Amino acid sequence: MKNNTGTWSIYGTELESRLLIGSALYPSPATMQDSIEASKAEIVTVSLRRQSPEQAGGQAFWQQIQALGKHILPNTAGCHSVQEAVTLAQMSREIFDTNWIKLELVGDEYNLQPDPIDLLKATEILLNDGFQVLPYCTDDLVICRHLVELGCQVLMPWGAPIGTGKGLLNPYALSAIRNRFPEISLVVDAGIGLPSHATQALELGYDAVLLNSAIAQAQDPVMMASAFKCAIEAGRQGYLAGRMPEKDTANPSTPTLGMPFWHQTG
Amino acid sequence: MNIIINGQPIELPQTQSLIQVVENFGAVKPFALAVNGQFIPKSQHLVYELNEGDAIDILSPVQGG
Repeated sequence: MKNNTGTWSIYGTELESRLLIGSALYPSPATMQDSIEASKAEIVTVSLRRQSPEQAGGQAFWQQIQALGKHILPNTAGCHSVQEAVTLAQMSREIFDTNWIKLELVGDEYNLQPDPIDLLKATEILLNDGFQVLPYCTDDLVICRHLVELGCQVLMPWGAPIGTGKGLLNPYALSAIRNRFPEISLVVDAGIGLPSHATQALELGYDAVLLNSAIAQAQDPVMMASAFKCAIEAGRQGYLAGRMPEKDTANPSTPTLGMPFWHQTG
Repeated sequence: MNIIINGQPIELPQTQSLIQVVENFGAVKPFALAVNGQFIPKSQHLVYELNEGDAIDILSPVQGG
């Protein structure tokens, strides 16, 4: 949701940072913590899995996340059916004490594409149950329209398949979603690999980006987190500043009037 | 009674409440529970009655993207 204060919102929660950061795949818990801090993100994504007694139920991880003092965004990663996603969302709401849910429903194992049909079904059930749904979806304008009509105030279309780091594969489609839904908070989720990809998303007018691997799997995750912070700020300012008109022909920037050593011919 | 916890078959000597079974299994807070794929809220943990063959899932926070 665009406004003049530089903030954006998720279901009424005002946010300054435009980076949502994942908590997985870091080389160590300390690196995760330092990276999240360096990113200045206000939202951290987490998940739920079967408790492992040998890891004391993941208590250490949860305490570490709580100590960061960030908003928690639980996901339904890995769910393949509406029932699985709804159950996991309900369990997440109880354990994390939040109505936010990053709704993920795998439609195909090949590219882990969100299932557009089941996503709509699960979204409707969860919205009716009081959840504030952040749907991870494809960059399909019509699916996005249906999600908005169901009541989603946030959309999270993919930039590229998750974990690929390929960047924004279809800027045109992403731009169309931005233009079609000016009042909806838009987050590019998945596929981002470089700070420049995040900059591009913000330049397109997206409100934020959600990423994990691009930071966690960098050679220096903490430095990369800082790089993303700067890149996102640059992209947002670039969007607000308004780009120059694009042209098909060259136009010199240096004045041609008064050019020395020029001899008129003919 | 035979049940399944987190995919592991368990034999119970007698009928127990859901929370008793989960605590005896060694579950550590925080956790959320589901039986046969259905969420069971905290308010039901003490009174929920298990049946033969029920599958319990004990879920806890993990890293996520």
